[in-house]
Amino acid sequence: MTRKPQKTKPTKVKMSKKALLEIKALHVTVDGKEILKGMDLVLNRGEVHAIMGPNGSGKSTLAYAMAGRGGYEVTKGRILYGGRNLLRMEPEERAAEGLFLAFQYPVEIPGVANTTFLKEAFNAIRKHRGEGELDAMQFLKLVRQKTKELGISDDMLRRPVNVGFSGGEKKRNEVLQMAVLNPDLAVLDETDSGLDIDALKVVAEGVNALRSPERAMLVITHYQRLLDYIVPDRVHVLAGGRIARSGGKELARELEEKGYAEFAEAAA
Amino acid sequence: MAVTAETAKTVNKLAEQKYKYGFVTDIEADTAPKGLSEDIVRFISNKKEEPEWLLDWRLEAYRHWLTMAEPKWAKVRFPEIDYDDAYYYSAPKAADGPKSLDEVDPELLRTYQKLGIPLLEQERLAGVAVDAVFDSVSVATTFKKKLEEVGVIFCPISEAVREHPELVRKYMGSVVPYSDNKHATLNSAVFTDGSFVYIPPGVRCPMELSTYFRINAENTGQFERTLIIADEGAYVSYLEGCTAPMRDENQLHAAVVELVALDGAEIKYSTVQNWYPGDAEGRGGIYNFVTKRGLCRGRDSKISWTQVETGSAITWKYPSCILEGDGSVGEFYSIAITNNRQQADTGTKMIHIGKNTRSRIISKGISAGRAEQTYRGLVKVLPTAKGARNHTQCDSLLIGDECGAHTVPYIENKNMHSVVEHEATTSKISEDQLFYCRQRGIPAEDAVALVVNGFCREVLQQLPMEFAVEAQKLVGISLEGSVG
Repeated sequence: MTRKPQKTKPTKVKMSKKALLEIKALHVTVDGKEILKGMDLVLNRGEVHAIMGPNGSGKSTLAYAMAGRGGYEVTKGRILYGGRNLLRMEPEERAAEGLFLAFQYPVEIPGVANTTFLKEAFNAIRKHRGEGELDAMQFLKLVRQKTKELGISDDMLRRPVNVGFSGGEKKRNEVLQMAVLNPDLAVLDETDSGLDIDALKVVAEGVNALRSPERAMLVITHYQRLLDYIVPDRVHVLAGGRIARSGGKELARELEEKGYAEFAEAAA
Repeated sequence: MAVTAETAKTVNKLAEQKYKYGFVTDIEADTAPKGLSEDIVRFISNKKEEPEWLLDWRLEAYRHWLTMAEPKWAKVRFPEIDYDDAYYYSAPKAADGPKSLDEVDPELLRTYQKLGIPLLEQERLAGVAVDAVFDSVSVATTFKKKLEEVGVIFCPISEAVREHPELVRKYMGSVVPYSDNKHATLNSAVFTDGSFVYIPPGVRCPMELSTYFRINAENTGQFERTLIIADEGAYVSYLEGCTAPMRDENQLHAAVVELVALDGAEIKYSTVQNWYPGDAEGRGGIYNFVTKRGLCRGRDSKISWTQVETGSAITWKYPSCILEGDGSVGEFYSIAITNNRQQADTGTKMIHIGKNTRSRIISKGISAGRAEQTYRGLVKVLPTAKGARNHTQCDSLLIGDECGAHTVPYIENKNMHSVVEHEATTSKISEDQLFYCRQRGIPAEDAVALVVNGFCREVLQQLPMEFAVEAQKLVGISLEGSVG
């Protein structure tokens, strides 16, 4: 929370051919410790990439640095988003420009109804884009449509944001938010953590329903099993703060068998 | 102000002497000179064409006031008040006030705009001298007619003194005696404005009573006195205040509110207080020293206080309930927000006297900037209050690391067959919550407002609908500049 975000007029450039996200030689420091040490990544619209890696390899750090969380200091390198410098935007501006982070641990906001929260977010983004805000009725109609599509009960809308939600409900709520906010780039941070297989399937179905040629997704996970349901176009192994290896979806299975042992060196 | 006993005695003596010689200053003007004396008290009473008994009551209060010391127990700091440097009747208005909105604090104007207040009303609130009186008379008249049909009396207190002296005489001072505390005593001596409400037996007041309509015609007083009586089985909901920050040349405000509920009656009293808090350094804000107390006299009567306190430089306020009737219920729901240099010491007193009396306290305090806030609450259960129950929940939320929040509960339980519960939490607004909101596109300040509104929800729910919507907006506006 530093300066007020500069309100720049959003320029929607047609760039389906160009990379939506370009990460170049990114270095990120947390609490004085360098976690990402020169990471590169290119992601195009319509693609789903998976980032895998051992614990502590910097997967969540990547997600937070992209979203602009305080305390995640980019010391070197750059992130271009739609050709623009993402790092110069405030977190809310990044969100308004279409970057969505599905949290590993969704946060509870007592006393704030889920719909209220979503409407506030939705209209803030519309406002940023110079679009008219929706009133309560219009918005409710939109949300109901999304809950129906995702098979989520309307009861969840009335409850306070994530308060008393089960692990599965919290993750489904993240998917619902994603569906409503309709981002260009969705980053899913360990969406599978804490889910049993049934809940995992439900969440994965929700995510798959949101795959589209206009949207890119970055799926961060430790385990291969999520990728059985959300099948990626590319798989990257993050180890020692860098992409240690990239490959097709088969790489995930290989990692499942061999583990991350071969990357231990890179991590050291 | 620490008045030594010696000084008080001397002053008192002098005052009495003057009286002895029948010394009466002949003041013709509409404005009394600065300072406080028996003559000023007489002047006020005379201007209001009051009966003898009320003048005597005022004078007793004034004489008692001279002997009293300032209450010092609250955790607030301010320079000593020079009571002789204030006006007690019709302070000259507009003379030093702004001539147009161009001269008004731009911050204040920005707030008006955010609250969506019409221009004409902005001028009135900001204290600009306007020729055209804001026209709410027709609305007020319609309301008055509707109230008359069911026998509800709702009028300025000075009118009530003239028109319904038996009621005023019976109840005024019956809940807050003139000797209660220095601020209330001062009010008793010099009050000039305020409302009077009487709801006859069995009548449910057909509308929310609001001071708003009246205030449009008259200026809010520095020493307001409000008296509300709900007769047997009656119900009334009363709204006081306004979400717009009002400028006032008078720094000291000492109001008194008395509520009386007879058998089976219910009074719901809601306040939104947003007096000028001063600038970011706390200069020029209002001292709001209020005494509010309700008496549940009858069986199964109920008094409920709901307050949203966001204004004033200093708030000193403890809306209380005396639960005398068996089975009577007292409630206190409070949101207090302090930002910048504001100080608030606020809470309640629940005095359980009757059997099976119940009280509920929910207090939400939010402190930001360099503000200091204290919840101070007394729950007292007397030996007679068999089966009494109290539940207190006291939550404080801190924004930033330069503010303070303090909780001072006093519990005196003299009855074994009673239950008193107290819960308290203090938390900081979490970075996780703010980041989560911002990641969803909600700007930082709106995120704070959202989280704080959630924190206050239990209290906001108690407000009448139209008030609640405004209050939510106000929460956000009050906390502007608290992050970033």
